[in-house]
Amino acid sequence: MSNPQQLRYSKEHEWLSDAEDGVRTVGITEFAANALGDVVYAQLPAVGDTVTAGEACGELESTKSVSDLYSPVNGEVVAANQDVVDDPALVNSDPFEGGWLFKVRVADEPEDLMSADEYTAFTAG
Amino acid sequence: MSSNAPRHTALDALHRSLGATMTDFAGWDMPLRYGSERDEHVAVRTKAGLFDLSHMGEITVTGPGAAALLNHALVGNIATVGTGRARYTMICQEDGGILDDLIVYRLAEHEYMVVANASNAQVVLDALTERAAGFDAEVRDDRDAYALIAVQGPESPGILKAVTDADLDGLKYYAGLPGTVAGVPALIARTGYTGEDGFELFVAPADAEKVWQALTDAGTPAGLVPCGLSCRDTLRLEAGMPLYGHELTTSLTPFDAGLGRVVKFEKDGDFVGRAALEAAASRAEQNPPRVLVGLIAEGRRVPRAGYPVVAGGQVIGEVTSGAPSPTLGKPIAMAYVDAAHAAPGTAGVGVDIRGSHEPYEVVALPFYKRQK
Repeated sequence: MSNPQQLRYSKEHEWLSDAEDGVRTVGITEFAANALGDVVYAQLPAVGDTVTAGEACGELESTKSVSDLYSPVNGEVVAANQDVVDDPALVNSDPFEGGWLFKVRVADEPEDLMSADEYTAFTAG
Repeated sequence: MSSNAPRHTALDALHRSLGATMTDFAGWDMPLRYGSERDEHVAVRTKAGLFDLSHMGEITVTGPGAAALLNHALVGNIATVGTGRARYTMICQEDGGILDDLIVYRLAEHEYMVVANASNAQVVLDALTERAAGFDAEVRDDRDAYALIAVQGPESPGILKAVTDADLDGLKYYAGLPGTVAGVPALIARTGYTGEDGFELFVAPADAEKVWQALTDAGTPAGLVPCGLSCRDTLRLEAGMPLYGHELTTSLTPFDAGLGRVVKFEKDGDFVGRAALEAAASRAEQNPPRVLVGLIAEGRRVPRAGYPVVAGGQVIGEVTSGAPSPTLGKPIAMAYVDAAHAAPGTAGVGVDIRGSHEPYEVVALPFYKRQK
């Protein structure tokens, strides 16, 4: 499994894209998707919701468990991926592309986001 | 036994080479899944799946008094099990609480194999040993003597036939016979925990890899895949089969679990729990306890063990097992609910899923029954 170089990563196993007009895309990593198993239900934040770094903003449910979804940054949600709501398995099959979860207009972001190499080391330990 | 060092089965290296996600289960490091647990589930329903169940606890009971001992120690009438046949039964406490559910195989006139859940194997071994006092029988811990490999699913008879000369057509459901599989000795049983036709093969741990490999080679063209405990749980849930620690506990008698039929009061002699179970049976008849029912979600959120079942704003029961059902395409659960709300089709029943009441349909178990 390889973590795309252009993304940054949180300790809660979310990835964060580069900003386009101040908007970043958020998803969960392949490592997280593998740990969850088949995702069967995704509750995503709604457009207009304010999200806070490190706080739960939705949930991902797999065969064996339910996990909170955290936002890696502070900001306002400007899009949620309806394809994932309709077909949650996209989170497993394409976590870094088609399985993105929401887009957020970033107000503020924490200092401790990791690079791809740092995150790879983080998950190896 | 150390509690923090998990035990490994004879197939451990093989699971790792297959890329299994492992999980701790009752002190054993077991395969949870190899790839997608949904795909594994579907393979067992439509083709075949291969399981390592070596964590299960085998206890051998031998001697002229073996049948009498088991009739005294367990709630079933074990003396009437024919040689080569098996029976689903339970072991209870003196107060009627369920210690474990078991399968007992009669291997010979004076030899039985009791198969306990991994989490209860020591408890069952200790209880049988204690209850053996005064009987002309020996209780032997055979947990390390066997690896257990299951091949389950509609293609499993054809797959197993390719690697054994045993008469599988003559082997009925809940029967077991000694034979040879892939050139090594095995006890071949037509039992399982998936709701499908299938076999459980008890073999020496040293032979486990050989048997696994032979079944993989014979089965892969027919669609057999390795399967982990995750899909085993959803398979048994769809089939309405109870799991100890969820539907069965020491605080329930078999009558509370809707399984009073396993208790055989008519058998000869006293047995552990008889008086308490007679009281439980008459209590259940006069004042029905909570009933184990099936629940099918109308929405997509999944009920989990321990979630309250609600109706009219009141808690009327509790979920014991829940999962997304690959066969139904909806979340399902087993739950104990008050008798007044237990009839299939009862309106207004929901599950409290982390604070929101989601509507559920009450159905009779099982959710899934295979076409024979």
